[in-house]
Amino acid sequence: MEQRENENLLSVRNLEISYETDSGKVYAVNNVDLDLCRGETLGLVGETGAGKTTISLGIMGLVPNPPGKIRNGEIFLEGQDLLKTSEHEMRKIRGKKISMIFQDPMTSLNPIDTVGEQIAEVILLHEKCSRAEAHRKAIDMMEMVGIPGERFGEYPHQFSGGMKQRIVIAIALACQPELLIADEPTTALDVTIQAQVLEMMDGLKKKLGTSMILITHDLGIVAETCDRVAIIYAGEIVETGTVEHIFDFTMHPYTKGLFGSLPSVAGEAKRLTPIPGMMPNPMELPKGCKFAPRCQYKTARCEEEQPVLAEMTPGHLVRCFAVQDGTCQPERQKEEEL
Amino acid sequence: MSKPLLEVQDLKKYFKTAKGQLHAVDGVSFSIPEGQTLGVVGESGCGKSTLGRVVLHLLDNTGGKIFFDGEDITQVSRKKLMELRNQMQIIFQDPFSSLNPRMTVSQTIAEPMQIQGKLSKEEINKRVLELMDTAGIARRLENAYPHELDGGRRQRIGIARALALNPKFIVCDEPVSALDVSIQAQVLNLMLDLQESMGLTYIFITHDLSVVKYISHEIMVMYLGQMVEKCESKKLFQSPLHPYTKALLSAVPVADIHHKKQRILLKGELTSPINPKPGCRFAKRCIHAKEECFRKQPELREIYPGHVVACHCVEEINQI
Repeated sequence: MEQRENENLLSVRNLEISYETDSGKVYAVNNVDLDLCRGETLGLVGETGAGKTTISLGIMGLVPNPPGKIRNGEIFLEGQDLLKTSEHEMRKIRGKKISMIFQDPMTSLNPIDTVGEQIAEVILLHEKCSRAEAHRKAIDMMEMVGIPGERFGEYPHQFSGGMKQRIVIAIALACQPELLIADEPTTALDVTIQAQVLEMMDGLKKKLGTSMILITHDLGIVAETCDRVAIIYAGEIVETGTVEHIFDFTMHPYTKGLFGSLPSVAGEAKRLTPIPGMMPNPMELPKGCKFAPRCQYKTARCEEEQPVLAEMTPGHLVRCFAVQDGTCQPERQKEEEL
Repeated sequence: MSKPLLEVQDLKKYFKTAKGQLHAVDGVSFSIPEGQTLGVVGESGCGKSTLGRVVLHLLDNTGGKIFFDGEDITQVSRKKLMELRNQMQIIFQDPFSSLNPRMTVSQTIAEPMQIQGKLSKEEINKRVLELMDTAGIARRLENAYPHELDGGRRQRIGIARALALNPKFIVCDEPVSALDVSIQAQVLNLMLDLQESMGLTYIFITHDLSVVKYISHEIMVMYLGQMVEKCESKKLFQSPLHPYTKALLSAVPVADIHHKKQRILLKGELTSPINPKPGCRFAKRCIHAKEECFRKQPELREIYPGHVVACHCVEEINQI
């Protein structure tokens, strides 16, 4: 463990973020710890409203305030606590050390600026270079994401969805950031285009040695691209470990439920076993375990007491009483070949 | 196999645009036996949603015939069409924009019955509650407005509304795409249960291959307005024949870390369906494309019983 601490690029400790609204306080992120080593890809998996995006906005220092408020926690990037860093300093870090790719490529580009200028802008902001040099680097970036450099002077509306997402990726990687946060980068794309973009991102990540936090709800993408995974439910990490831990020794009842809800492509079509009920209202979270109302292993204790995130095997942490006392056994996810 | 409830012959729908004719649906033929599901898959812009709307005659077709229960709905009178429409319904993709924000749950579900005008007020109220039970909406939500409900519940209202007139046939246009996986699974299971108990026939339009496999008996793959392959659901996943289907299936990420598969990466993207050039529409992205593919449009051919493919090179590629 000691050695891994040293290699950590990013460490998040006890992060708590809430939103103050007219109808009450929304507990979006509760007590989240994350660690990311250099060159590693961490998958943040969860459903709508689980708090995945808020965690990443917290790391970027972009939680809208008001209504958002970081109530507690520390975020260390290479030893520097980002929560204690001034906005002026943060501006130098964003885009340079940490970049973010947003879900919707259609709305994250400026419609009245050429795509080339938008890539060059980041380079000009963060690197000491002439305009001509920034242009040249921008063209290099375009070629790297598979767009011909002669399209430098075209506007976003002249590109298709997949191409726009490539431009967004080029902007994010232009200054060779240490950390790339990708928030559902392929959700808006068709599968064949998704496959192209994922393949390209993987190649670039290896080439540039970037670490990545990949936010997704798609366990298939996680299986193919991530080294480690954190499953988020109602603002908390309920299970985290390597992909092998999560897929071969699935422990938390919620993680099992997610797998049970997925129709299989490779295997036999069997009846889905969805998780009953809905996610709790983040304004009135249950007193005990947040998943208890939907859980088949629920006991009286789960409704009263909050389980802690306990290490079951080295590196595999689970927040569940039933797992910790052995009533809920690990499961293996395997797609049977036809 | 029972008789087909819906039969579509050489269906065409072209849109006039400033740049020319947009071939949204171009010569599609199929039939669906009663009580079965035809899955329609393809990427955005392949014409699958237009197909769903033309089949219900919500959009006029440019050519071809649509037989519903033996009657050609493109030829019948407006009055007769209204009658037939009772039996044909649609569930939309976006549960946020397909419900009237100013109508409560019960008003939304009651509306089709009020328009039909066959039931009394009391009967309608009773039926609304029945439908809410069927679709799994708690009765206390009777007077709630759509904005108070989450996506899964809204989609259940869409389903309840579609069931109000006891239809035989429902076009489901991406009904679960906007939902989270755990809720998606609940809604898919509900749709399967309804099919079983009411003998419903579905056209299930989606871009999600794992969902379509789960729910369909037969699957049709569309590319730029045309059918490129159609066969029994299981067979399509076991042994796809068309190069596009193969690429599409290989592109789906599988939730298993030990499952290693050969990915066929397609170059480029969907070309424009406006005034398409002669030849196979997939040829530009196809690794097997020959000179012939750019010249002549491939006919749909039955390669195995019930398995049709439109590709010149199908034998060569699959070594048949």
